[in-house]
Amino acid sequence: MEPLQLLAPDGTLTGDVPDGLDEDRLVGMMRLMLLGRRLDQKAIALQRRGKLGTYAPLSGQEAASVGSSFAMDPDVDHLVPQYREQLAMLHWGLPLGTYLLQRYGHPRGAELPEHRRLYPQQVALAAHAPHATGLAWGLRLRGERAAVICHFGDGASSEGDAHEAMNLAGVTGAPVIFVIQNNGWAISVPLHLQTRGVIARRADGVGIAGERVDGNDVLAMYAATRRARARALDGGGATLIEAVTYRLGAHTTADDPTKYVDADELEDARTRDPLTRYRTWLTGAGLWDEAREEAAVAWIDETVDEAVRVFDAAGPVDPGAMFDHVYADEPPRLARQRAEYLAALGGGA
Amino acid sequence: MAEVMSTSRAINAAMRVAMAEDPRVFLAGEDIGVYGGAFGVTDGLLGEFGAERVRDTPISEDIIVGMAVGAAITGMRPVIEMQFSDFVVNAMDPLVNQAAKLHFMYGGNVTVPMVLRLPGGGGTGAAEQHSQSLEAWFAHVPGLKVVAPSTPQDAHDLLLASINDPDPVVLVEHKLLYKAEGPVEVRGSLAEVDAAFAGTVPRRTGGDLTIVSYSRGCAVALDAAEALAADGVEATVLDLRSLRPLDLGPVIASVTATGRLLVTHEAPGPVGVGAEVVAGVVGSEAFDHLLVPPVRVTGRDNPMPYAPGLERATIPQVEDVVAAARRLMAEDD
Ligand SMILES: Cc1ncc(C[n+]2csc(CCOP(=O)(O)OP(=O)(O)O)c2C)c(N)n1
Ligand SMILES: [Mg+2]
Repeated sequence: MEPLQLLAPDGTLTGDVPDGLDEDRLVGMMRLMLLGRRLDQKAIALQRRGKLGTYAPLSGQEAASVGSSFAMDPDVDHLVPQYREQLAMLHWGLPLGTYLLQRYGHPRGAELPEHRRLYPQQVALAAHAPHATGLAWGLRLRGERAAVICHFGDGASSEGDAHEAMNLAGVTGAPVIFVIQNNGWAISVPLHLQTRGVIARRADGVGIAGERVDGNDVLAMYAATRRARARALDGGGATLIEAVTYRLGAHTTADDPTKYVDADELEDARTRDPLTRYRTWLTGAGLWDEAREEAAVAWIDETVDEAVRVFDAAGPVDPGAMFDHVYADEPPRLARQRAEYLAALGGGA
Repeated sequence: MAEVMSTSRAINAAMRVAMAEDPRVFLAGEDIGVYGGAFGVTDGLLGEFGAERVRDTPISEDIIVGMAVGAAITGMRPVIEMQFSDFVVNAMDPLVNQAAKLHFMYGGNVTVPMVLRLPGGGGTGAAEQHSQSLEAWFAHVPGLKVVAPSTPQDAHDLLLASINDPDPVVLVEHKLLYKAEGPVEVRGSLAEVDAAFAGTVPRRTGGDLTIVSYSRGCAVALDAAEALAADGVEATVLDLRSLRPLDLGPVIASVTATGRLLVTHEAPGPVGVGAEVVAGVVGSEAFDHLLVPPVRVTGRDNPMPYAPGLERATIPQVEDVVAAARRLMAEDD
């Protein structure tokens, strides 16, 4: 199954620019992709300085994340992400400072945008895929014209949850789009130990639409997702999009990929860098140049610096915060534990 | 001859002994091959025994455990690593409805000699879904055995005993213990360890109170006992080692002598192992010797928080055990 491609690796346009992308949005995608790449560097540096907990870099997967996100409408659609979808979450309005606080475990990092169409990044693999189907089904039952997009990895796709979520989406016709980020790895386990099949073909088995897309081609990702969204809104049901991409960095800051990633394979993957490809085309189309790149970098640095200021200003974690939100309706035993704990803190030391 | 090694090395050595001796033993789990496991426990085994016996699986906890049930029934000896104990939730059907019950349901005609290793516990900054202590769930299920070593030697021996055991065994491993070192006598063969050894043992003796724990809780209890000793309070510290079956004899005997019982574990209190221990003691001849009501010092009733300070406050610390012990000592005066 040849992946859909609109931009060749050398940046040549091999199809049409998809509908729905004016110059601003074409440039906006480039800026968000660049932000992702620089965010990785900055977040890893913060983690090394002990400011952040574990961080999962997204380098290499910018196009899959950004292209699929831009094809959705964050004003009505819902995002149900795995842990490597920082860019999709920002596109849905999550402040970067909140994201950083989340990566530190600060309770304020759990605050989601008011609109409630963005769900927390999922770390229990594929556990969110059934949620996405349920959400989409709920939207349909309430008669809302909106769709759900749910990202997860090639590794997560092996969970029963992933299969069951897609199958139920097929049966219910729920307006949900599953984007499987096939980045070649699940920590140290390469794709051929994860599955011997073509991921996109699983769609046939559960009766939903399936597309295999070059995940390093932001235009192709955009086009496929836009089609899937139109199908979902028009009652055509769910879609599985397999984004064929590559994880250029470590699994997380706790990982050392040199233990298991072949250096030549990584070098080869770098030649398909999604940023380089899109920048080349965008420059040729007269929409990008050095000045724009510099402006984008300045904006990114300011955005990240501002986020770090928000992060620093959040202050220490309230010592009793672990008792918050255990229940919506707090039972007396927990209330007692909280009171005793805070009293002991006050009285102690 | 004993040599000093970490708990993870001791478990690794046990797997090596078992695999070298018994071709039916094989390992399966996520990232256990080249990577050597998320906590390095299977390090080096791929090179020694090959990819067929050290199997990196797809990320499908349900099938990993379900496959192990099938393989065990057909005479293999699977040793399964859950990457984090928390992911066993995805494998509850094969474990609880199948592994635990098939011997019974098939009238004794099949056995399920599988081992499920569960790296659990908090204190590593791994947050809600990667830090739980779920042992009480399994100890609650007829048909399962549950062991929870606190020392490298016990981790080594309990794994060998579990592999030898004809029944499914859940091995509770605390992630913070992997680096803890101690003397280990590496066994020469599976037969050297008899499962019957895994009863409750004293780690320290003292006449003033009895502190009961297991897994990492023993280290907390021992540190607390040292702090108490500085005040002239001498505690016995008992290590349960096996949670099902549970060997309460030594606990009852000790409480009969000391009159005071404190149970501590990292798992939350309600319906936990501590409740079982207290109920067993209160219902025994030790009841008449109790000077004060038994107490439990357990993890709090909230999910494990990500923020370091909150995580620490959720897990029972040495000072919490010391404070509870001092209250116990004060009460009967
Ligand atoms: C249910 C469950 N099993 C195992 C893990 C441990 N784990 C975390 S990330 C990961 C690899 C996931 O790979 P993939 O889904 O391909 O996503 P990627 O990291 O490549 O983006 C594993 C095994 C987990 N978090 N949840
Ligand atoms: Mg992957």
